[in-house]
Amino acid sequence: MSTDTRTIDTLIEAEYKWGFVTEVESDSAPKGLNEEIIRLISTKKNEPEFMLEWRMKAFRHWLKLEKQQAEPKWANIKYDAIDYQDIIYYSAPKSKKAGPKSLNEVDPEILLAYEKLGIPLNEQKRLAGVAVDAVFDSVSVATTFQAELAEIGIIFCPFSEAVQRHPELVRKYLGSVVPYSDNFFAALNAAVFSDGSFIYIPKGVRCPMELMTYFRINAADSGQFERTLIIADEGSYVSYLEGCTAPTRDKNQLHAAVVELVAHDNAEIKYSTVQNWYPGDPVTGKGGIYNFVTKRGKCEGVNSKISWTQVETGAAITWKYPSVILQGDNSVGEFYSVALSNHWQQADTGTKMIHIGKNTRSTIIAKGISAGHGQNTYRGGVKILKSAVGARNYTQCDSLLIGDKCGAHTFPYIEAKNSTARIEHEASTSKVGDDQIFYLQQRGIPKEDALSMIINGFCKQVFRKLPMEFAVEAQKLLSVSLEGSVG
Amino acid sequence: MAMLEIRNLHVKIENREILKGLNLKVNAGEVHSIMGPNGSGKSTLAQVLARRESYLVTEGEVLLDGKDLLAMKPEDAACEGVFMAFQYPIEIAGISNAYFLRAALNAVRKYHGRKEMDAMDFLPFYKGKMKLLEVDESFMTRSVNEGFSGGEKKRNEILQMALLEPKLAILDETDSGLDIDALRIVANGVNAMRSPDRATIVITHYQRLLDYIVPDFVHVLVDGRIVKSGGKELALTLEEQGYVGVETEARALAVAV
Ligand SMILES: Nc1ncnc2c1ncn2[C@@H]1O[C@H](COP(=O)(O)OP(=O)(O)O)[C@@H](O)[C@H]1O
Ligand SMILES: [Mg+2]
Repeated sequence: MSTDTRTIDTLIEAEYKWGFVTEVESDSAPKGLNEEIIRLISTKKNEPEFMLEWRMKAFRHWLKLEKQQAEPKWANIKYDAIDYQDIIYYSAPKSKKAGPKSLNEVDPEILLAYEKLGIPLNEQKRLAGVAVDAVFDSVSVATTFQAELAEIGIIFCPFSEAVQRHPELVRKYLGSVVPYSDNFFAALNAAVFSDGSFIYIPKGVRCPMELMTYFRINAADSGQFERTLIIADEGSYVSYLEGCTAPTRDKNQLHAAVVELVAHDNAEIKYSTVQNWYPGDPVTGKGGIYNFVTKRGKCEGVNSKISWTQVETGAAITWKYPSVILQGDNSVGEFYSVALSNHWQQADTGTKMIHIGKNTRSTIIAKGISAGHGQNTYRGGVKILKSAVGARNYTQCDSLLIGDKCGAHTFPYIEAKNSTARIEHEASTSKVGDDQIFYLQQRGIPKEDALSMIINGFCKQVFRKLPMEFAVEAQKLLSVSLEGSVG
Repeated sequence: MAMLEIRNLHVKIENREILKGLNLKVNAGEVHSIMGPNGSGKSTLAQVLARRESYLVTEGEVLLDGKDLLAMKPEDAACEGVFMAFQYPIEIAGISNAYFLRAALNAVRKYHGRKEMDAMDFLPFYKGKMKLLEVDESFMTRSVNEGFSGGEKKRNEILQMALLEPKLAILDETDSGLDIDALRIVANGVNAMRSPDRATIVITHYQRLLDYIVPDFVHVLVDGRIVKSGGKELALTLEEQGYVGVETEARALAVAV
């Protein structure tokens, strides 16, 4: 590279703009993880017996894994050992009643916080065409448009509410895609998860609005362990989005979530994530969220489709592989991803497509951006079972480097047990050149805008898949997260 | 006052002196041509005027309408009206020409405190310029220079110039890689912009282009200095005799000094 590589290095001083703390009184469990804590969470949620039993099984399994030191070590990430006894597993803002039913009962400070985050919840200001479930630390504090959706049979509610009101659905589907025994973090989540969203779209219903969950970690020393379950019954369609942010803190905080999706015959689920957890201090790398997430969808029915789109700009560590089990014949799985690692961030992310049914198809478009000292790893698996006659996969995996202290790594795993399968894989690595930035500047475009323009061009295939409003958000987010990367 | 005044310009790239005391004055309304052998520093001059930051100016000054051009950032120089048509235009994936050009135009307008142009006003304006340069409308939606042929890239440069209407346009070997028809079209685009308050610097190897864009002055750049200046007939002399003659003359001159 030419001598002005060094000019590129300075784009890395952006401030995290979502790092504020909301002053609320909270009801927190003591630190530590044991059966008592799990009982306490279950009691607080007034859960039926089957839930407590399931949690306990999960916890015992996790203990076994911990004893075997089975915390996954294969990812390309480095972090100090997590002390699981030094975490608060339940923290909820105090309220008079459990699970507020109307917005008037929500602490105004919390409403203000969501407004600051760009997700106003009250009737006058709320986003048009988007129903929001607002999860604050361990609980859901408000869900909008619930009644309107219920009229057409759609259930969109906090997980804890679903446990009360639709226990049969929860019982049927909970753990059916990601069993508690799936992995270390999934076991931990199953034991202690406190809330999240539950969605059921009935047969033949096309959900008329975007459904969104906004996760906010606020309390110090707490972890967030949410669980989301989406069921799309035959011939239904839903587009769901999640967003997340957290305050700026010196200490790492753990976020270990589980998401399960089930698509029945001819159903489609579009799941989009804009992840913007606190990434840690830009200079020292101190603090930030450890994001260990298990997301998996099952295309159970014929012609069903599950599509994951993710824009991962935050978190100190990201470990997640949204996957699709393509069980129904002709089912389709998609994964569109932009993962950014700036400063000292580390991301090890990708997907797994498991082809079981005939003529199943999957597409993987993964864009990794590394800047500063960031390390970005794509890890993707394509598995074609013997039964998957005529299966097809297309994978495209592109890495973009900004500056010369960062790294990009790709680990594609391919396993085909059926000779009729067609698998295509393309990969590229490029550097944002000073030439490109200079070219745009020469036309009058300021340097920072030039960089974000280049990055947006690089991510276009993925942004196109996001719902319109969020595509704009994602673009802004990316440029803010890269502010300071060119001097 | 000259629009552009370059005084005793010395430029280093990676510790090697490339421009060694260059002087040039360009008045509004004039077209100047700079010719010279490969590696003599023509592109270096163009890039320095466009404020490429890795090119180190060690001595001298450059004034654009009396303002210190060398103190400007590249985007500010562009907004002040300096446009360079790149010898090797750059490709940018995923960004359409229309998006890019509107962003550029609006950046310039914003710099001058003028209202930004919305897509509704921009499109007809853009299409008009495309017509002038006989460019297919599919250009609009294609990514900037990506997969363009050499000729298409050059045409796109002139299209951008026509749209941004710079005060000072510097064309760096825009003619290379163009067939005769394309050359004529590009020249038309440049000539359409000639006006008493604009100036153009045409860098070229070949006299051919100057048949279409007739310069007021021709300068010969050899080894980092302008060694000879003259009218448009100088280009013809060069075409016949090559640079060798001028070079020897210049060397003799250097020794004498
Ligand atoms: N980025 C660069 N790094 C090192 N040397 C360069 C660079 N750009 C140009 N040069 C050198 O500077 C000299 C002048 O180049 P240039 O201005 O491109 O010449 P011209 O355009 O007249 O052919 C050449 O010797 C070339 O090798
Ligand atoms: Mg040149």
